Formats: sequence, C-alpha cells, structure tokens
Amino acid sequence: MSKLTYSEMKDTRSGFGDGLLELGRKNPDVVALCADLTGSLKMNAFADEFPERFFQAGIAEANMMGVAAGLAIGGKIPFTGTFANFSTGRVYDQIRQSIAYSGKNVKICASHAGLTLGEDGATHQILEDLGMMKMLPGMTVINPCDYNQTKAATIAIAEHDGPVYLRFGRPKWPVFTDPDQKFEIGKALKMREGTDVSLFATGHCVWESLKAAEELEEKGISVEVIDIHTIKPLDEKAVLESVAKTKRVVSAEEHQINGGLGESIAGLLARELPSPMEFIGVNDKFGESGKPNELLEKYGLGSASIVKAIQKLVDRT
Amino acid sequence: MPEIQELERIATQVRRDIVRMVHSASSGHPGGSLGCADFFTALYFEILDHNTNFNMKGNGEDLFFLSNGHISPVWYSVLARSGYFPLDELATFRKINTRLQGHPTTHEGLPGVRVASGSLGQGLSVAAGAALAKKLDGDKKIIYTLHGDGELQEGQIWEAVMFAAHQKIDNLISTVDWNNRQIDGDVEDVLSLGDLRAKFEAFGWKVMDMEGNNMSSVVSTLKAAKAECGKGKPIMILMKTEMGQGVDYMMGTHKWHGVAPNDEQKDIALAQLEETLGDY
Repeated sequence: MSKLTYSEMKDTRSGFGDGLLELGRKNPDVVALCADLTGSLKMNAFADEFPERFFQAGIAEANMMGVAAGLAIGGKIPFTGTFANFSTGRVYDQIRQSIAYSGKNVKICASHAGLTLGEDGATHQILEDLGMMKMLPGMTVINPCDYNQTKAATIAIAEHDGPVYLRFGRPKWPVFTDPDQKFEIGKALKMREGTDVSLFATGHCVWESLKAAEELEEKGISVEVIDIHTIKPLDEKAVLESVAKTKRVVSAEEHQINGGLGESIAGLLARELPSPMEFIGVNDKFGESGKPNELLEKYGLGSASIVKAIQKLVDRT
Repeated sequence: MPEIQELERIATQVRRDIVRMVHSASSGHPGGSLGCADFFTALYFEILDHNTNFNMKGNGEDLFFLSNGHISPVWYSVLARSGYFPLDELATFRKINTRLQGHPTTHEGLPGVRVASGSLGQGLSVAAGAALAKKLDGDKKIIYTLHGDGELQEGQIWEAVMFAAHQKIDNLISTVDWNNRQIDGDVEDVLSLGDLRAKFEAFGWKVMDMEGNNMSSVVSTLKAAKAECGKGKPIMILMKTEMGQGVDYMMGTHKWHGVAPNDEQKDIALAQLEETLGDY
C-alpha cells in the first residue's frame, strides 16, 4: 500500500466557514447565527458578505436555538454556530422541543468538540455531544474528519430537509480527503482496504486510525479503515459488509465510549453479526488542559493506543 | 357594540369547550385556559389576518405562537371554531392517537400549530426568528405571542427580550397573561416578577396594558398595538386576567391551574356558561 500522506494542516472549523460562505453565495435562503464566537467558528466571511442574513445572538445560546427554529418556520435554512459544548448540553431542551420534536430545518454547527480543543480544558471539551444528539428522534449527526470533508458536509446538509448536528474541531489537522468530494449523508467511506480488522473511525480519529493501520501493516495485521462521518443514520450495510469479512471490530472516536459511535456499531452487530470488539474513546472521564496530541495519547485515542487495542483484539481472537 | 357582544358569545362557548375537553380527558389545564378565552377569541375572530387553510410558513399572514403550551385547550377550541380542523376533533384532546396532544405540537400535523411548546420560555425566541424571516422576505404581517407570567421566570425569555429589542423586531406583539398564579401558588410568593412594565421598558420594548377579561379592552388594545408596529420596538402587552374566569369556583385561586373537574364540578361549571354556538 502507498505511504500515508496529507496535503496540508488545516482546521475543520475553517472547512465549515468556507463551506458556509459558498452556500451563502448559492442559496439565498441560507442564514447564519452565532453566539459571540464568529471568529472562532470562522463565520466572519459569511457575516461580512451577507450582513442581512447573519444574526449575532450574543452569549445567549438558548435564545439562538429558538430564533433559528423560527427562521426555519419562515422557510430559511438557519446554521447556528458556537462551541460544541454550548451547541448541545447547554441548549438540549431547546433543541429537543423547538427543533427536533418540531421537525425544524436547523443546522446546528458545533466547533471545538472533544479533547483536541486543548488548553481550555474540560469545561469546554465536550465528549458527550454525539450521544445527546443521536438520541433525539429525527436528528442527523455528522462528524467529518478533515477540512475538505467538513466543507463538503456543510454544503451537503443545506440540501437535507431536517435538523442536523454537524460537529467539528479547533486544531490544525492533516487534510487527506479529496477537495472535490461530494458528501453523501449516511454513506460510510472506505479509506483503506484490509482483511483482519474493521476499524470504524469518526472525526479527528480517522487520521489516527490511518496512521495506526499503516503501522500495523508492518506487523502483518491488515486493517480496514472506514470513515463513519455520519453517526446517525449509521451506514449499517457498510459496517456489516466489512465485519462479515474481517470478523473483528474496533471503533475510534473523540467522545465518551458511553453513547458514542462504538455503541451504535455494537448495537447493530449484537443484533446482526456478534463479533469481538474494542472501543477507542474516552472511558467515563472528563478531559483536561494540554496540547491536542498529548491529550489524545493520554486518554487513549491516539494512533499508539489504537495500535495496542488492535493487537489485543487480534491476540484474543 | 354588536361586534364585541358576538365575540363575547364565542368566548363563552370556548369556555364550555375548555371545561368539557379537560373533564373528558380527566387531565389538562383549565385555569389559564379560561382566563385567556377572551384574548384568544379576539385574536382569532377579530385581529389576525390568517388563513385557516394552514401552511407552515404562513407567507402574507399574521402568525401566532403560544409559548405557555399548557393552556392548549383554549387554543384548540378557537382553532377548531375558526375552521382549522373539524370541531368534533376536540373530543380527542389528550387521548391516544390524537393530534390534540396535551401540549401543542407540530408532530402529529395539527393545523395552526407551528412549533411545539410546553417546556416553558422558548416561544418568544421562536417568534423572534419567525419575525426576522418575515422581515427578510419583506412580508409586512405581524407575529403575535402569548406567555404565562410564571413563564417569565425562565432565563431564556430575557435573552429573547434583549435580542428582540436589539434587532428592532417591531413586527412582534407579545402578551403576558398576568394572572399572578402559578402551580405552587401566587407568582408574587413563588418568585416575584417585580415591576414588569419597568423591566420591559428598560429592555427597550413598548409596553401596553390590557384588561384581559374585558372584550372591549382586549380588542381595542390589540388594535392599538398593531398601530405601534413598525416603529422600531417590539411590543409587550401586560394582560391582567383572572385564572379560571367564568367558572366561579375556579377563580381566586391557583388550585385549578392543572386539575380537571369531576362530573359534578363539570356540571356546575357548564351551568355558568351558556351554550351559545352549540357544543362539539
């Protein structure tokens, strides 16, 4: 297999900001709201070019979610922007009642998710958001893996009628997916073929998984890496097809193991194809301050931890 | 004023509907519903420029949002009686497979409802968003909302109050049902709202007063509020009502906030409310 490469280092939140600007230019119904984090969410370009379609909500996220629901009633396609923590836990009831239960076409766009937020620490490092969002009936939950995919996902969700949670992050991260990709909601992407283990990863963990797979290849273990950018609806067919071949499963995500992607996959496999499985994720802990890569290693989410988990799985099966 | 008398006759029938629906379901919120029957009747039969052939966006129409969703019986009654859905559907209130859920929702597709409410404090934000959408579209119609006074204890309300003033949302007429009752007792005792007029004025709203159980006051105040639209400020009407208005034993107490009358109590209540338009 060819050596793993990337084109540049770029933050996924910039993919969101650039995607939003492109959307603004092509769809006059797209509007955006932000709760005093316009720079952090990279929404400045949209706000500057379309001031009449940009609403500064101030540090008042609950109201922002309600206003977005109201704009959706008026036929607009609102994109809300704030940190993942304030996009979910802080406003769960507003999302539940005014958006999800009411079936409103709101795109909840959440940056600075997970440990890779880094130095700000656990108050801001939400690791429960995917679980909260996937539990809401009718909510689509997406966690892209790099700049290009985040940009493509941002553009794609405007075409989808219904509430969407789009999760991305703060750090500069390798850009390794196609810049011209068409993003298909609910369609898993096979990033690397393998025969011994199916490694299902989402978000920043996709890159870590590809690194781990490369390392394991040298040790004679063939790992299939599948990018599950859409947590919900889960691409069940892709999961079952891969596991039917490899018979071994690992999930990898920058999230609590409780309520995360791994749990969704395990639930599917328990029903359809019970298989030995390891879970890469945060194990019932809060995060802390530090550099993104230091945190990923300390909490067992980096490529070294993934390598270990896969070796353990292969050894026991 | 024959127009006022006709509205009063409708409101009396709406009150009968409320009592019968809540009695039939053995659950629901009669107190606030009865107190707001005059407001709802005036709104749907006199004030709103609306189309009972419902569509979600409501382009070119006035829209109404009920934020204190627990008083759904009064809303369902006026929606049915103004033609949004068949009158006999009122008999399904709170029963299995109904579109008339305990708290209003879009989920079962009930015409007239644009967002779920029940978890308090959310409706003003939604209304502000709908008002902004109308402004973006150049639609000159008005957004109306209703809130409970107890509901103003929710922090999100004040976020929305700040936002609406900042955004100069002047196509918004909100009303507070100021009956001074909430589940645990008098609002003044549970968590005082203080000087509501001064508060809303300080936030930059135009504030008006209304006697919510006096049909002439309701109609004239809502018309006056409409004339204040387009002047750069959102409008808040402080509506004094009596919880349980029209049924003597439900008035003067918070106890009928969320309790259904039994058979005997229902008969006593209906004896005080003339069947003006025919029961459902």
